[in-house]
Amino acid sequence: MIELKNITKVYHLGEIDLPVLKGISLKIEDGEFVSLTGASGSGKSTLMNLLGCLDHPSGGEYWIDGRNVAGLNADERAKLRNERIGFVFQNFNLLPRTSALENVMMPAYYRHPALPTSAIRKRALELIRLVGLEERMHHTPAQLSGGQQQRVAIARSLINNPGILLADEPTGNLDSTTSVEVMNMFRDLNRQKGLTVIIVTHDPKTAAFTDRAINMADGLILEGVSDELTATLRK
Amino acid sequence: MKIANLFITCLRALVRNPMRAALTILGIVVGIAAVVAIREIGEGSKQQIANNIASMGANTVNVSGASVRTAGVNSGMGGRASLLATDAQALMDECPEYVTLASPVVRASGQVIVGNTNWSPNSIMGGNEHYLAIEGWKIAKGSAFTKAQVDNSERVCLIGQTIAKELYKDTDPIGQDIRIKDVVFTVIGVLAGKGSDMWGDKDDCIMLPWTSVRTRLVGSSGAATVGKAGAANSSKPSATSTFPTTSVSFYPGCDVQPYTNAPHPLRTRTVDSITVLIKDSSQARAAMDAMTPILRRQHHLEPGVEDDFDLRSRSEFAEAVTSTSQTMSSLLIAVALISLIVGGVGIMNIMMVSVTERTREIGLRMAVGARPRDIMRQFLLESVLLCVIGGGIGILIGRLASSAVSSHFGWPIAPDPAAMLGAVSIAGGIGIIFGWYPAFKASKLDPIDALHHE
Repeated sequence: MIELKNITKVYHLGEIDLPVLKGISLKIEDGEFVSLTGASGSGKSTLMNLLGCLDHPSGGEYWIDGRNVAGLNADERAKLRNERIGFVFQNFNLLPRTSALENVMMPAYYRHPALPTSAIRKRALELIRLVGLEERMHHTPAQLSGGQQQRVAIARSLINNPGILLADEPTGNLDSTTSVEVMNMFRDLNRQKGLTVIIVTHDPKTAAFTDRAINMADGLILEGVSDELTATLRK
Repeated sequence: MKIANLFITCLRALVRNPMRAALTILGIVVGIAAVVAIREIGEGSKQQIANNIASMGANTVNVSGASVRTAGVNSGMGGRASLLATDAQALMDECPEYVTLASPVVRASGQVIVGNTNWSPNSIMGGNEHYLAIEGWKIAKGSAFTKAQVDNSERVCLIGQTIAKELYKDTDPIGQDIRIKDVVFTVIGVLAGKGSDMWGDKDDCIMLPWTSVRTRLVGSSGAATVGKAGAANSSKPSATSTFPTTSVSFYPGCDVQPYTNAPHPLRTRTVDSITVLIKDSSQARAAMDAMTPILRRQHHLEPGVEDDFDLRSRSEFAEAVTSTSQTMSSLLIAVALISLIVGGVGIMNIMMVSVTERTREIGLRMAVGARPRDIMRQFLLESVLLCVIGGGIGILIGRLASSAVSSHFGWPIAPDPAAMLGAVSIAGGIGIIFGWYPAFKASKLDPIDALHHE
């Protein structure tokens, strides 16, 4: 379970303090399928970075699975990201000139204590099969289409068996057909594997696949809008 | 991250851009190749010098006349004809705790003729019956001359291998006649081969009793102070000269000094130098200190008067030569090391570029759980790997270069495994030193900024 209590984030730009998050409180249960929406500049990217433990908040508490992670140092946050959180990016972020299989295996190399390479490979093969790319697992990203690249990225995010999947505009670089495929894949992962999936997007069509919407504006969560949106999703 | 995986990751990164990797390590390759080649050549010449010195006899001391300065012109060492043959005997008699044997040495030069073949030997020299033992020379055939033959200035000689080969071809030279500067000598022995050293062919020599050189050969090296008189003398017909070639002058000109200042007997008693065999080469200094008062007494020098002779041990000379060649090769190695540093700067340069270029990759690795130290290790290992590969190639090229030099110029080389090991460690060290900053920079990147780097 993810719980944010009065999270603030302030950027210091020279003399000026720029508050980006002005007190966010939020609870996401295990196995939820959530979309995080809002106009650009609303602070959703910042919130996403905090949720992904890429950054630390200026104030407030952030609990993951009953553990306050707001005060962790860089190494501890790296370990937490490695073990608990899977990332999917808008621009896929695959290693160039590296095979799909190797890309999927990469995060597992940073596991501590280290896993045997054969076990990593076995798991990566399963995931490649899960995303339906077993015929292309030795292809490099340049030899794959956008949708295929994003499927590789999804397989990579799952290699360490995370509880939470964080996707930042996962369909931003895809056409509508492949967007649907990718979003269906997220839904399947949520339904079948019980993963908590958080999708950050500005696209209502993408948000429509999720079960719950969180709408942000000006560094705060708009509870009313969020509930309305969620209600439309449930219909 | 497991070290094996880290290794594979780094190798993959290098293979991704082979041309750049090759250019990056070029500086290291050249630097290491230079170090290895210079070490091998330097080591080879050091060994050759050591061999030369061993064959020269390290435990000998050379006594020569002191230099003479006349009207501001210095004659150089051995200029003064102060040494007498009796000095050699005195050193043997009075200094037995250090001196084993001593022999006067005189030198001459000129043409030798056998039948219708002539030859100009590298050296014609005279010594006493101990000379061969002092230098450690061996007789290959026949016998050495005896004390009686020295005392009687007999016309006998020993010839080196080169002379035997050039003048006698396949015939046995023992007992044959040889004309040395128009005086007929009998060959009584052939010296064993000694090879050549940096001063030329040591087998191209003729060895006579020193008395024979002094009394029978004309134009043998005189000494500076009696030089003019000696030169005047030399134009006088020698009593034993069978085939005089120079015109005979019965009234030699005494242009510089009256002839009486340098009477004739002096020329036959003085020797060019004295070679002394000492018991222990490590005690050369003590032996020389013990010999000085004996020679001063022999030469009737008052206290306060400068020595009219000069003592020099060959081991000292050997040390000087060795240290010179060592200084040279250390200097060259220093230059090569500077080129290695330049190569290291090249590595740093490219690693900086590589870090900038791969910022997104670094951000991704951090996002999926790489700790800063994992990133640091990855880039550090990459630069060390580059340098070590460069070092390996450099060793190969260096070895090729030194063997090419050796086969082309005939310089001796000696492979130096320690230097190769050293070269690889230096290369690795350079990888760490110059790779550290780029790796540090990479590890300090913020994952969010790095992920969104364009």
